[in-house]
Parts: sequence; C-alpha cells; structure tokens
Amino acid sequence: MSVLKRNYPLMILAAVLLMLPLVLPNNYYYDIAIRMAINAIIVLGLNLLIGFAGQISLGHAGFVGIGAYASAILPTHFGWHPLLATAAGAAIASAIAAIVARPIFRLKGHYLAMATLGLGIITAIVIKNEATYTGGPDGMPVAALGLMGFEISGEKQWYWVLAVLLLFSFWAARNLIDSPFGRALRALHGSEVASQVMGVDIVRYKVAIFVLSAFFASLMGSVTAHYIGFVTPNIADFFHSIELMTMVVVGGMASIYGSLIGAVLLTALPQALSTFEGWETVAFGSILILCMIFMPKGLVPTLAARFGRNGQEDR
Amino acid sequence: MVKHSLRKIVTVAAIAFGTSLSVFAADPIKIGSVLSVTGPAAFLGDPELKTLQLYVEKINKEGGVLGRQLQLVHYDDGSDAGKANGFAKRLIDDDKVDIIVGGTVTGSTMSMIPLVEKAEMPFISLAGAVVIVEPVKKWVFKTPHTDRMAAEKVFDDMKKRNLTKVALLSETSGFGASGKKETEAMASKMGITLVANETYGPKDTDMTPQLTKIKNTAGVQAVFVFGLGQGPALVNKNYKQLGITLPLYHAHGVASEEFIKLSGPAAEGVRLPAAALLVADKLAAKDPQKPVVTAYRKAYHDRFKEDVSTFGGHAYDGLMMAVDAFKRAGSIDKAKVRDAIEATNGYIGTGGKVNMSATDHMGLDQSAFRMLEIKNGDWSLVK
Repeated sequence: MSVLKRNYPLMILAAVLLMLPLVLPNNYYYDIAIRMAINAIIVLGLNLLIGFAGQISLGHAGFVGIGAYASAILPTHFGWHPLLATAAGAAIASAIAAIVARPIFRLKGHYLAMATLGLGIITAIVIKNEATYTGGPDGMPVAALGLMGFEISGEKQWYWVLAVLLLFSFWAARNLIDSPFGRALRALHGSEVASQVMGVDIVRYKVAIFVLSAFFASLMGSVTAHYIGFVTPNIADFFHSIELMTMVVVGGMASIYGSLIGAVLLTALPQALSTFEGWETVAFGSILILCMIFMPKGLVPTLAARFGRNGQEDR
Repeated sequence: MVKHSLRKIVTVAAIAFGTSLSVFAADPIKIGSVLSVTGPAAFLGDPELKTLQLYVEKINKEGGVLGRQLQLVHYDDGSDAGKANGFAKRLIDDDKVDIIVGGTVTGSTMSMIPLVEKAEMPFISLAGAVVIVEPVKKWVFKTPHTDRMAAEKVFDDMKKRNLTKVALLSETSGFGASGKKETEAMASKMGITLVANETYGPKDTDMTPQLTKIKNTAGVQAVFVFGLGQGPALVNKNYKQLGITLPLYHAHGVASEEFIKLSGPAAEGVRLPAAALLVADKLAAKDPQKPVVTAYRKAYHDRFKEDVSTFGGHAYDGLMMAVDAFKRAGSIDKAKVRDAIEATNGYIGTGGKVNMSATDHMGLDQSAFRMLEIKNGDWSLVK
C-alpha cells in the first residue's frame, strides 16, 4: 500500500499517457505530444543540475547535438547499428561532460554560465564546419531506428516509445532526489562549505549530476534525430540551450512536476501562438516576462505555495 | 395554411441546399507554407511571405482558381529545420492543405521532404541547394536556381576572359558550404584550377586575413566569393582596402540593391550571375521575361514600398506554378497536380523559363542567369 501511495504521481502520469491517444485527433497532435515528451526528459535532467544541484548550464543543446549527430553520422558513414550509435553518442556526451566538468565546476555564477555557454557553442561550430561528416549547416538525413527487423516509424509508434522513456525518466528523477545522492545535491546547493564539512564530496557530486544530465540530453538528441529523420546544427545551437533553460525556469526550478509542466507549456505555446501573424514572438516574450514577474519561482512551486500544499510534496 | 407552410419548407430547403452548394463551391484551395520569417534566414523568408500574401489576395480578387478562392496557411519556422518538420506535419495532418509552397532554406526543406513524400503531397521548395532535386524525388520541386548553375555561369564568364586560376572564398553558412562543394566539382569539370580555397564565418566583420592570403598566393587570376548577406559586401570593402585589382566575382545570393548600398564604391566592377528580376528595366523589350518581372516588381513595390529581391521572386514562381498546375490538372487531386507540375513547360517566371520533366524537377537552364557587372553604382548586363 505504501508503495502504491508513494508512487501515485507516477500512476497519474502513466494514466495521462495512456489516455492521451484517446483525445489526440491526428498525427500533428501526436507530433506535439512527442516533442513535449522529448523536451520534458531533457528538462528533467537539466533541472536536476540547475534546480537541485544549483549549477547552471547554458550549453546543454550541445549534448543534444552530440547525441543527434552520433545517431546520424555513425550509421550513415560507418554502418553502425542505430542503437549502438545512440549508446555511443550517450557515451561520448557523458565522457565530454565528465572531462570538462572538473575544471568548469571550479567556476561559479556568471563564470560558470560563460564556460558552459562556450562548450555549447564550440559543439555547434564543430558540427557546422565538419561538413564532410555532418553535412554542414544544411544538415543530413538520419536512418530509421530499427530493432530486429522491426522499424519504429510513424507518430503513433514513437508516441509509445516516448511515453515509456518519459515514465522511466520521471521515476528515475523522483527516486534520485529522495536518495542520499539527491540529498547531497540539495545540501551542496544550500551551502557548499557546510556540505563539505558534513563529508559530501562536492566535486564528485557535481560531476556526476552534470554527466547524468548530459546523458539524458544526448539520448534525447538521438531520439529526436531518428524521429524527425533529419538533423541540422540548429539542434545544438545557443537558442536551443536557452529554450531548454527557459523550460526549467518557467516550470519551476527544483521541481520535477515543474520540469514536465515547463516542457509541455513551452512546446505548446509557439504552436498555439502561431496564428498571431507575426506577433507570436512578442506574445511569447510577454508571457514569459509576466510569468517571471509574478511567479519568479516558476509555475509549479508558486502555485503549490498559493494553494497551501507543503513544498516537500511538490518537488 | 398548409400551402403556406409547404412553401416555407420548400424555401428553407432551397436555401439550405443553395448554401450547402455554395459552401461547397466556395471551399477554398489551401496553399500551405512554412517559411523562415524570423531568425537568421528572415531576409529570405520575409519577402517570400509578403509575395505569397500579395498574390494570393490578387488571385482571389480576380476570381480565384478553378472557381475557388485560395487560402494561404503559413507558419514561421524561425529558421529552425526541426520546427519546419513539425509545421509540415501540421499542414499535412491538421490543416489538410492541397499543396505546400515553402521551405525557405535547404535544411528546412530537407526536413520536410520525408513527410511530403510519405503523405504524397505536392511540394514546391524555395531553397537553393541541388540536393533537393537531385536525386529526383517524386513529390518535390523547386524554383530557385542552384548553386551549381551559379558556379557554372561564373566560370563560363571567367573562361571568356581567359581566367583559369581562381581563388575561392566561401561562407560557412548552408548556402556557402553547399556552394563551395558545387564550385569545387564544377571547377574540375570546366578546367578551372582553384589555387586558393578559403572560408569565412557568416558573422565575421573582417575578411582581410583570408584576402591577404589570397593576394599572396602565386598565380591567382580571379577571386570568386560564395556568400549571402553582409559578408560579401565586407569582402568588397576589404578587397579595395588591400588594393587587390584582380577581377572579383560573387554568387547569385547577393543579388539585391542592398548589396550595392552596403558595398558603396567598393562594388565597382564586381560581377555576379543573377536572375532577370534585378535588371527588369534594362532587359531588351522583346525579352520574354520582361513583362513578368516588371509586373511583379511594380506590384511588390506598390504594396510594400520595398525593393524586390530574387527570394520573393522564387515564392512568386512557386505560387504561380502551383496555380498553373491546378488549372491544367483541372482539379486539386494531389496526384494530378503533381503530374501537372512535372509537365510544366515554357512557364516564364522571375527566375527564368521553366521546363520541368521527370528527370528535372527544377527546369531552369543557364539562360536563366544573366551576368551582371556593377557600374556607377548600378547593375549593367555583361554582353
């Protein structure tokens, strides 16, 4: 019973994901749902880093790009199996994250922001310029993702793949936060000195969480590449990083539900606003500004506080 | 009383029938479009959208196509190929458009191609690169000239002037990178030697290092720049500052009044291939393109008080070819429309004379390009 009670948010999410196809009228809506799930998973990982551990990354799209291009390049140019390529992409992204994390996380605040920004931009530049492999700024096609003769194609199949991935990520993130690892992360967010005194190896934890979020990002990059069937360097560029960052902030830092809500909202909003005829960017910007003025902590934490539920419940 | 109500019923029925008929008849033909109206490619997407809006309105005022009005459904992909792919799905599955005219840049177009092929949707792209129509894709067509044609035209002109040792300076944008590839291939085919091969970033503000290197390369006879936007104008300025006197060529991407304004006097003597649109007033009176380009130029300028660009012209050609195909197909059945587009023959547009075939989904040849030289701050045709 207690297991059931503890996991009821997971049940709710599962129920929503199961019911959703009943109300999705056509492939276009499936497409949006898929994009929401992709963003939600990246944002979950990013929120662990930003919201819980208190570190910033303005270059996360770089990792998404690494995953996407690993899935594009390795099967096309070297004949790798797409799943192997996905794993390789995730490994490369994690390795890069692990290598740069140590020097980068000696920095704080604006300097940390600058360093991660640089990392993302360098990745984007490499992708743009290595045209022999990446197809340059015009991008390249990606082979379909197949497994034992079965090929994932069409929005409906991808929807279920993403639903499973999202459920898993949600479950993993929730468990992680309530583990000693998660408590250590929050401790170092609160005060690095205090947590160090308490015996938390802060460098190790920072590196670990950075690697984990890079892993999530790269994996979703691969999924995006296979799903869309075509990649361009846009996927790794600065604006994509900012978009992901905005989802974290608008949804609510250090809030798992906030990550989901942020991703869902910011994926749907441009679609809903696209009928505004040239004013969509203005409307989009205004909504973000208003959100930040009136709900500086993000949607979910602010609303949770407003309706008097305790913060513990609503991570 | 009975008579009265009967009449009423008949009238109501007639009205209902009439409206349902007229609703059916007035059901518009939906033209879908995904353009890069914002973002780095906005200078291409903006005139394209304006052109589509202008001409859809105009065609509707003149009675529409096949007795039906046109309806333009357009989305802005913000120069992001991933978003273009999403909006293409929206056009196909949600808006259920009858044809797609759009895809401002090659990346956006390429990300939409798998979808239109699967949905069997006629698609006229407005992007430049050769890969869009090579290999030929059943449902995909394009209106702009390719980078390969530009390179061929330029080398052609160089050979006429006995210039065979060329330095290439290309931009690292999609346009420049694709241009570089095609130029390299075309050079070896046409017996041109590329003695230097340099690149610059689209946001660079100084190209003197690359030009200095080119200047110091032995045997260079001419310089060919493949870029878009402001970069090539900066090249012109740096070129004059360094006192280089070799003939300077640009690609078709800079063919706009803006280019001359940005370069100032440094643009003197620069040559580039361009569509007839740019020199509408200088074309010979018997030139078949003259009435088309003059009319488009005037309509666009009257409405938006801006100079036309070749990019808006691509959108004009795309829309007109679609309309032409609807008329010839006599329906909006997608397969028939596709066949009609493929059978386009002798269509005169802003880009040139278009003769499509099963093996050529662009349909333009070298005659579509005119070699221009900038003289006294204005374009002049090179004979």
